Amino acid sequence: MHEVIQAIILGLLTGGVYALMASGQTLIFGIMRVINLAQGALVILGAYLTYSLFTQLGIDPFLSILITTPVMFGVGVLIQTVSLRRLRHGETAQLSILVTYAVALGIEGVLSVTYSATDRAIQPSYANASFTVGGYEISAVRLYACVLSLALLGALFALLRYTKFGRAVRATVQNPMSARLLGVNTETVAAVGFGLGAATAAAAGAVYGVLYSFNAGSHYDLISRLLSIVILGGLGSIGGSVIGAMTMGVVSSLVAVAAPTWADFSFFIVLLVVLLVRPQGLFGATLRDART
Amino acid sequence: MTAERIKYLGAALFFAVLIALPFVFAAHWFVNLMVFTLIYAGASSAWNLVGGFAGYPSLGHAAFFGIGAYLEAIYFTHHSIGDGWLPFAALPVIGVCAAVVGLGVGAIAMRTRADVFAIVTITFLFVVQTLASNLRSLTGGSQGIGIKLPPFPPDTYERPYYFVLVALLALAVGVNMAAVHSKFGPALWAIRADEDRARGVGVPVTTVKLLTFSVSVGIVAMIGAVWAYYLSYVYPQFAIDPLLSVGIVLMAYLGGRTTVWGPVLGTFIIVPAQQYFAYQLGSSEFYLIAYAAVFLVIMLVLPRGILPSIADRIRTGATKKTAEPVPDDERVPT
Repeated sequence: MHEVIQAIILGLLTGGVYALMASGQTLIFGIMRVINLAQGALVILGAYLTYSLFTQLGIDPFLSILITTPVMFGVGVLIQTVSLRRLRHGETAQLSILVTYAVALGIEGVLSVTYSATDRAIQPSYANASFTVGGYEISAVRLYACVLSLALLGALFALLRYTKFGRAVRATVQNPMSARLLGVNTETVAAVGFGLGAATAAAAGAVYGVLYSFNAGSHYDLISRLLSIVILGGLGSIGGSVIGAMTMGVVSSLVAVAAPTWADFSFFIVLLVVLLVRPQGLFGATLRDART
Repeated sequence: MTAERIKYLGAALFFAVLIALPFVFAAHWFVNLMVFTLIYAGASSAWNLVGGFAGYPSLGHAAFFGIGAYLEAIYFTHHSIGDGWLPFAALPVIGVCAAVVGLGVGAIAMRTRADVFAIVTITFLFVVQTLASNLRSLTGGSQGIGIKLPPFPPDTYERPYYFVLVALLALAVGVNMAAVHSKFGPALWAIRADEDRARGVGVPVTTVKLLTFSVSVGIVAMIGAVWAYYLSYVYPQFAIDPLLSVGIVLMAYLGGRTTVWGPVLGTFIIVPAQQYFAYQLGSSEFYLIAYAAVFLVIMLVLPRGILPSIADRIRTGATKKTAEPVPDDERVPT
């Protein structure tokens, strides 16, 4: 029983980190109907930026987020303007899969040229510290990571809920045409939205780099998880992606207690079962026609 | 002579040239390049059935490629059925096995539409990859499985694979043509244009798309099996590679998906170019960057593909009535 509860705690902490990455992914889909296969590569890019700041300048990985998020926001806006804006309407979703995959490959290529193929890890002094609460061990880094992720998610939620920009975003998600008629500049919303997605990737990347070792090819592993999470939660639903991420974290770490090599696999099974019952995911609205 | 007969004659001529090719240019590097081109051409052409005609952009085809490769390799380790040409005899069995798996996968994945379908299928790809590394007793885990080198004469070593691949490409193109020229074709474009309406007017939507998916992945699995035998070695990251999935989609897009010959044309441009880049740039990192750049340019400049663009050019040139291109959803494949 002790082991099971320990695994659930670990799963929830891990899930929190994935929730942050996945929320960026699902936000981008919601606004632009773009499936961003580069989200994993952006997270890894964020991890490398944090790694450089930490090893070269000695900046604490959690503090470096203040630098990396604005930078990555710019990268995101740039990617959106250069590669995605020109896609024809009606086929955006399909074409965006290929275009963002190309972006992911490009980032992977640039990273492996810059940093070579060896695994990197960010090791701050508190990397192995942990608390003990009621007999359960909680890794300090994981706790900070999860708290930070949830705080940023809260900020993102507040941004979408209470600001004028947030209203513009939500209007664009619901109906781009009406939003345009009402004077929302949907092009700007799309660019800023992609920037926000990339910024969440920067923050998540810093955290990821502290928790796990990574190399330029790590984004394949990440993207398969992120996609599963957003599909499970329902594409476009930020709340759904948080629930999806927590489910993934808990299921994987519970299975890991019994059979570590099957941990990731188990989550895919959960995903397939959910899709069998609810093709639109847990919180996804049924799109009238997924192709438009 | 009807237009239809010209098409069949053209196809026959194309395959006759392919068969004659290794006798004219016998250099190893050339036949080797052609073997890889044919692997991609067959896979892209088979993908086109479901990804192009039916409008279900599968990114999971590499999983079936890998399933075929592993079935061939596993068959080898458990049964000594002889070597040389005999292992090719296992191809139809492998194709049918993969098609059956495809029916099951399709039954779940095809409950979703276009974009979500793409994600579900790529997720399936990662599932198969995990299975290949975890089922150690069957697949050898991350070590992979070796296949005994067949005793083909060194001078013409590539030829048996080459001819089998030509046959498989002919099968893929043949199925594409049969689809276009039968009742099946219109059912597929109806599904692509508006699935709900197609169901409404009595198209057996579920049957048609599941059948298409399973035929498509069956062909891809057979090609994977030949690939495994040719390289005589399979391991998870290599046999089940997301790059293959996306590569065949890119080739179909370049040539023109929703056309019979588009994927073949796209492949015959991209694979030689790819090999040239790999040869010139050597180290894989720069190769990735170059590939990504080419990829982006193709998607942004020619999102409709070469053949549909040419067809529009001819149509507007001939009638001079309208410069409005036909939307892909209303296009009737040629």
